[in-house]
Amino acid sequence: MIDREQVAHVARLARLKLSEEEAGEFAVELSAILDHVDLLASVDTDGVEPTTHVVELVNVLREDVPGIELTVQQATANAPESEDGAFRVPSPQAEA
Amino acid sequence: MDSGGILGLTGAETAGALESGEIASDEVIGAWDRAAASDDLNSWLWLPEAREQEEATGAPVAIKDIFCTEGIPTTAGSRILEGYLPPYDSTAVAKLRAAGLPVLGKTNMDEFAMGSSNENSAFGPVLNPWDRTRVPGGSSGGSAACVAGGTALWALGTDTGGSIRQPAALCGIVGLKPTYGAISRFGMIAFASSLDQCGPLTTNVTDAAMLLSILEGRDPLDSTSTGIPGGIVPPEGEDLSGLTFGVPRSFLEKGVDPGVGDVFERSLTEIESLGGTVVEVELPHAELGISAYYILAPAEASTNLSRYDGVRYGMRVEERDLVEMYEQTRSLGFGREVKRRIMLGTYALSSGYYDAYYARAQRVRTLIARDFETAFEQVDFVVTPTSPSVAFEIGEKVGDPWTMYLNDLFTVPMSLAGIPAISIPAGLSEPAGGGPELPVGLQLAAPAYGEQKLLNASIALEKSIGFEGRTGEVGR
Repeated sequence: MIDREQVAHVARLARLKLSEEEAGEFAVELSAILDHVDLLASVDTDGVEPTTHVVELVNVLREDVPGIELTVQQATANAPESEDGAFRVPSPQAEA
Repeated sequence: MDSGGILGLTGAETAGALESGEIASDEVIGAWDRAAASDDLNSWLWLPEAREQEEATGAPVAIKDIFCTEGIPTTAGSRILEGYLPPYDSTAVAKLRAAGLPVLGKTNMDEFAMGSSNENSAFGPVLNPWDRTRVPGGSSGGSAACVAGGTALWALGTDTGGSIRQPAALCGIVGLKPTYGAISRFGMIAFASSLDQCGPLTTNVTDAAMLLSILEGRDPLDSTSTGIPGGIVPPEGEDLSGLTFGVPRSFLEKGVDPGVGDVFERSLTEIESLGGTVVEVELPHAELGISAYYILAPAEASTNLSRYDGVRYGMRVEERDLVEMYEQTRSLGFGREVKRRIMLGTYALSSGYYDAYYARAQRVRTLIARDFETAFEQVDFVVTPTSPSVAFEIGEKVGDPWTMYLNDLFTVPMSLAGIPAISIPAGLSEPAGGGPELPVGLQLAAPAYGEQKLLNASIALEKSIGFEGRTGEVGR
């Protein structure tokens, strides 16, 4: 079960702004999904190693030489707003 | 050769005719450009208005709009990437271009590859060419529909939990998800990085092998890429003698439409008539695949999609405050299913729930992979229907997320285990509610890096099944 308060908390963590209606719907939908997911609790996983990755690779290194890079101009070309080769954003301290 | 003649060739035949000079590069590109422009299924999100002179050695390829293409709009089916023009090509697209296969266009898809029906695209659903009231499957819905509908010869898709195999099955074509790491993920917009894999959608097995042989390989730009040891050669196979096929009966009992079940049983008879041995195998944890997947994939997605914040690319909702700008941009830019999965993933990773959900799902993933390892000690392949049902109606499953997720019941376990699996057309079946017959896919899975064996067995089956495509052509 996940209630509206938890939905609001998770939305804040995920940087999503939900309408009242959306928050209510998500509480119902996410609870329903988690009910199904709770099947996982029925399995004995004691002593089972978690899989983070299916391919067993260790320490893939590359030569320490400069390779293809984006120019500053290319890197900022898609930004909604940029200035002097930097991304421009609103102030983090503005009065909301 | 006229345009119709060109469109009737397979990938291998097109390459042969170009090499011998029987047809010219611009004739091939022109014929496919006109075919793509004639699409009326909403398969395409971008087609070129004009082309530079390109020297093609084969038919141009439809590219799922999740692959970055230099200077060509790339949306991943989302509004949040509005206006984005990638400064580079993904490795998969670069390899196709280097092999002389130009980009035909970019195909429609579920937003960020999250969906099984293509109804989650910000640019409208794609229609199934067999029945326009039905979905083509997803998330590579546009890639499957354009190939099945004849507006592309072949396509690239991506598969995280079934997104190549399920639409291929629902549209009556071939779809291959290679071993995790076989093809570079560089420049492929990330959904769930430990599961995402690129692969071909084609009208026949030989063409799938041809594209795979070009695409596979280790890439210094993706340190998780490995390639396929030994590479891929054109598949050959007349019979299946000496090969054993495992059917996970108790897993399949979890819900297959009767019509799909009938076609599947006929495929098993076909395997035996070709000299193959069919036995039962157990995959005791496979039924937990969907539950584990819907923790792991959303968890990875919630972190991968944190980069869409209105700063570096895509759209921005102008606000005076930074956090307000992030929140408004993401709320307007992401669609409903994407938000749902970001919420689910963020919850599963949040303090107090991590062990109960994420860590447990990772352990269940290990158990599922072990089930396959055990099965492959006895059999060469595991076979299942690709999807529990034929193509369903547009709107039929949108109201209930879990019902939609169950479309991937039989494809998700292979993704979690990282092993290769192919869907080939197995026949036609009436939908559960009645109506004209629709395609059913047969899924074959092999151990990691077993693509060549998988393709060889598939081509023997393809010949013997003799599936007629929508246009009535056998094994085009």
